[in-house]
Amino acid sequence: MIQRFVFSGTGGQGVITAAIVLAEAALYYGELNAVQTQVYGPEARGGAARSDVIIADAEIWFPKVLEPNVAICLGQQAYDRFSGVVRPGGIIIVDSHNVRLQKTISSRQFQLPFHETVMTEYGTIQALNMCMLGALVRLIPIVSPDAMRQVISDRFDERFRQTNLSAFELGCNLVKESVRTF
Amino acid sequence: MSAPTRYAERKAEPNIRFLQGNEVCAEAAIYAGMRFFAGYPITPSTEIAERLSERLPQVGGTFIQMEDEIASLAAVIGASLTGLKSMTATSGPGFSLMQETLGYAIMTEVPCVIVDVQRGGPSTGLPTHSSQGDVMQVRWGTHGDHSIVCLTASNHQDLFEMVIDAFNIAETFRTPVVVLIDEVVAHMREQVRMPEEGEIALTERLVTAVPRDVDYHPYFPREDGRLPMSNFGGDHRYNVTGLVHDMWGFPSNKPNVADELIHHLIHKIENRKRMLVRHKEYNVDGAEIVLISYGATARSARHIMENRRAVGMAVGMIELQTLWPFPNELIRERCKDADYIVVVEMNMGQMVHQVEAAVDRPHRVFLSNRVDGAMITPNNIKNLIRVIQGKGV
Amino acid sequence: MAATDYLRKRFMPHIWCPGCGHGIVLNSLLRAIEKLGMEKNDVVMVSGIGCSSRIQGYTDFHTLHTLHGRALAFATGVKLAKPEVNVLVPMGDGDALAIGGNHFIHAARRNIDITAIIMNNSTYGMTGGQYSPTTACGDLASTAPYGTVGKPFDVVALARAAGATYIARTTTYHARAMTRILTDAIKHHGFSVVEILSQCPTYYGRENDRGDAVEMMEWYRDNTVAIKPDESGPINSACNGEEAPLPIGVFVNRSEPEYCDSYAKLVREKVLS
Repeated sequence: MIQRFVFSGTGGQGVITAAIVLAEAALYYGELNAVQTQVYGPEARGGAARSDVIIADAEIWFPKVLEPNVAICLGQQAYDRFSGVVRPGGIIIVDSHNVRLQKTISSRQFQLPFHETVMTEYGTIQALNMCMLGALVRLIPIVSPDAMRQVISDRFDERFRQTNLSAFELGCNLVKESVRTF
Repeated sequence: MSAPTRYAERKAEPNIRFLQGNEVCAEAAIYAGMRFFAGYPITPSTEIAERLSERLPQVGGTFIQMEDEIASLAAVIGASLTGLKSMTATSGPGFSLMQETLGYAIMTEVPCVIVDVQRGGPSTGLPTHSSQGDVMQVRWGTHGDHSIVCLTASNHQDLFEMVIDAFNIAETFRTPVVVLIDEVVAHMREQVRMPEEGEIALTERLVTAVPRDVDYHPYFPREDGRLPMSNFGGDHRYNVTGLVHDMWGFPSNKPNVADELIHHLIHKIENRKRMLVRHKEYNVDGAEIVLISYGATARSARHIMENRRAVGMAVGMIELQTLWPFPNELIRERCKDADYIVVVEMNMGQMVHQVEAAVDRPHRVFLSNRVDGAMITPNNIKNLIRVIQGKGV
Repeated sequence: MAATDYLRKRFMPHIWCPGCGHGIVLNSLLRAIEKLGMEKNDVVMVSGIGCSSRIQGYTDFHTLHTLHGRALAFATGVKLAKPEVNVLVPMGDGDALAIGGNHFIHAARRNIDITAIIMNNSTYGMTGGQYSPTTACGDLASTAPYGTVGKPFDVVALARAAGATYIARTTTYHARAMTRILTDAIKHHGFSVVEILSQCPTYYGRENDRGDAVEMMEWYRDNTVAIKPDESGPINSACNGEEAPLPIGVFVNRSEPEYCDSYAKLVREKVLS
C-alpha cells in the first residue's frame, strides 16, 4: 500500500502544517511509514505553497510526489497545476470558494466548502487546513479521525487547540461517505 | 493486501519522532555532547540554529548567533579549544566564507563539526532548492595541502548516527569534520528513532595527563597518533597559531618542521581510511550495473534499483556515507565485475571523477545528474540506464 | 611577579623594527597585568594577523594567534565557553577596523567582557606600508603614492556608536598613562576599547616625512590634549590639511549588562526555572 498526497495552495493557508499532521497521524498511530517534503518559496505568506506526503506500509525511498493519488488544491493555480497529473483512480479535493472545476478531468473530484464553512464559524480562514483534513480522512480513511484528533491536540497549544479540533470536526461532517483509493 | 507488519510495533516505540533532517542534526549533536553552537542564518540550514537556540540552554550549553559565518566558525574554534564539543551549520555561500577558518581548524587541529546543507549554486543560486555542488569545495575549498573528513546520509536514522560519528571522529583525530547534507534531506520529515542514552558510543576528548604548569606539548602525537589536548585557558599555557608550528605550537620556518606537520595533517586522515570509511551496499555481488550515490540522490538510486530488480535486471548499489577521505580501494574492488557504473549526483559531475580515478576500465563510468534544483527522479536514472544499454528511452 | 616574568624570553629578540611603538605597548600592558596581580594562567590573549598581533607570542599566557581580522570572533567563542578567563585582544588598525571591522562593532554591541587593544599606526606594517582605515586623508602609503583618499575612522567615535562601555585613547608617548588605562580597561566588566597610537617609523613615518621614532613620539606629545572623562572629539579626520589637537584619555566608562552574564541570567530565568 502506498498513497501519495499533494497539498497545494497559497502561503498562509496551512498546507504544510496539514501535511505534517496527516503524516504524523499515520506514523504515530496508523502503524504506517510516512515521509513529508515541501517546496519552499522565499515568501512566508502569499505565493504558491506545496507539501507532499507519502504514506506506505513499507520503506519509502524517493520522497517527492510526482503523480499523486490524492491532490488537495486550495487555489485555482494549484488545481490547474496538479489536476492533470493525478494517478488513474486518484481523487482531487478542492475548495469550492477558490477553485472552479474543469469538466475534462478524469479523476473523481470533490468540491467542498472549506472556506465558507470556517468563515461562517470563525470569521477567519485560520483553521481551514484542519477543516480540509477532516474531510480528507473521511474520504480516504488511511488514518483514523481519532489519530488525527490526537495529533492536533498534541501539536497546538491551548490557544488554538479547540478551534483546530472543532474545524476538523466540521470538515468530517462535510463528507457523507468515504472513497477508498487503495 | 497483507496487513502491514513492518511498522506494527510503532506504538511500543515511544522514541520514534517525525523530524526534519535539520532537526535531526541538532538533536544528534546534543546527543553527541555538543554544548556550543555559533551560527548565522542561511537557507536551507537555518532550522539547525533555530532548534539549537532553544535546546542548548536546556542542556547547559551555549548558543550564539554571530555577525557572519566567518565569525561563527571562529567562535566555534575558540569554544572548542576550551574543551566544549562545538558545531556550526551553514549552506553554500556561508560555507564559502568559512573556508579560511576551516583551514585554520585543520592547521591548529581543533575538533569541530560543520554542517553544510547544500543548495543550488554558484553564488546565491537556488536558496530553497537542492544540490550536491559542494562536494569538491569540502575537499579543496580551503587553500594549501590538507585532508578533511566528510560524512553524509540519505535518511534520518543514518543522519543521526553520522552526526554523532562526526563528533567522535573530530575528537579522535583532532580535526574539523564536515557533515554534508542537501536541501532535500535537511527539509524532509521522516521517522527517526531517538537512541537511548548510552546506546551509541561517544568519544570524549583525550585530555593530557601532564600535570598543571609542567611543560605540555600540544602538538606532540602519542604512539597511536592521537594528540592529547589541554583545555585552553586551563592548566597549561601554550600557543595556537595558523602558522607552521612546532610541537609547542610556536611558529617555525624550518623546512623539517613544515614537512613533518603537513605530512602529519594528511596522513592522520588518509592512513586511517579503514576507520573512517562508512558505506552501505545493496546487491552489488553479481550486479551488471552498480549505482553509486550519496545523500538524497541515494534515495532515488535505491528506488530505481529495487524497481529494476523487480523486472529482473541485475542492478546493485553503493551508498557512500564517507565522502572524504574517498574510499578508492573499496570502489575499485566492489565495481570490478560490473559492466556499467552509474554515479548519481546533483551536480555537473564531482564524485564521478573520483570514481573514474578509482576503478579499472573507467570507460564503464557514467553520470546521472541534474542541476535544475529539482531532485533527480528514479525515472531520470532509469532513462540513462536504457541509453547505456542501447535501448530507447 | 615582575613584569618581565610574563615574557617568553626565549622568543626575544622580537620581530618589531627599531623604533616601533609596539614594544612600548607590550611594556605598558605587562605592567598593567602586574599591577593587577594576575596569574599567567588567568589571562587568555587572542590576536589576529599583523605586526601588532605578534604581541601574544611574546607573552607567557594562554595565547591564540588566529586569522587576519578574526581575533574578536575567536575570543568571543573562548569567553562564552569559559567566562571566568580574562580575554585580551591586541589588534592592529587594519586588523581591527578593516578586515575585522564587523567583528569589532558586534563585539562592542554585545558588550562582551573582552579588552580590545587597538595599536594604531595608520599603516599595514607587515605587508609593507599600505594605507589603512586610519590613514589620514592625503597621507602617503605604498598603495597611495598620490595620497590617501577618503576619511579615516575615529576609533573612539566608532566604538562609542557601536556600544562599547569603556573607551580610551592614548599614545606610546604617554606610556605611564597607558598602563593606568590598560589596568582600568582590563578591570572593566564589559567590552573595553583602548586605542593606542603607536608609531611606525619604518613605513608610515618614512613615507610621510614624520622623522624618526623619537620625532613621531614628540608629535604625539605636541598634538594631543587630555580630555576630561566623557568628552569626545574628532581624530584628525578633516580633509583640509588642518589638524586639531587629538583628544586623549578615557572617553566612556559606564556599567551595562555584560553579554555572558545576560545570557546566563536569561537561561536561569527562562529555561531553568
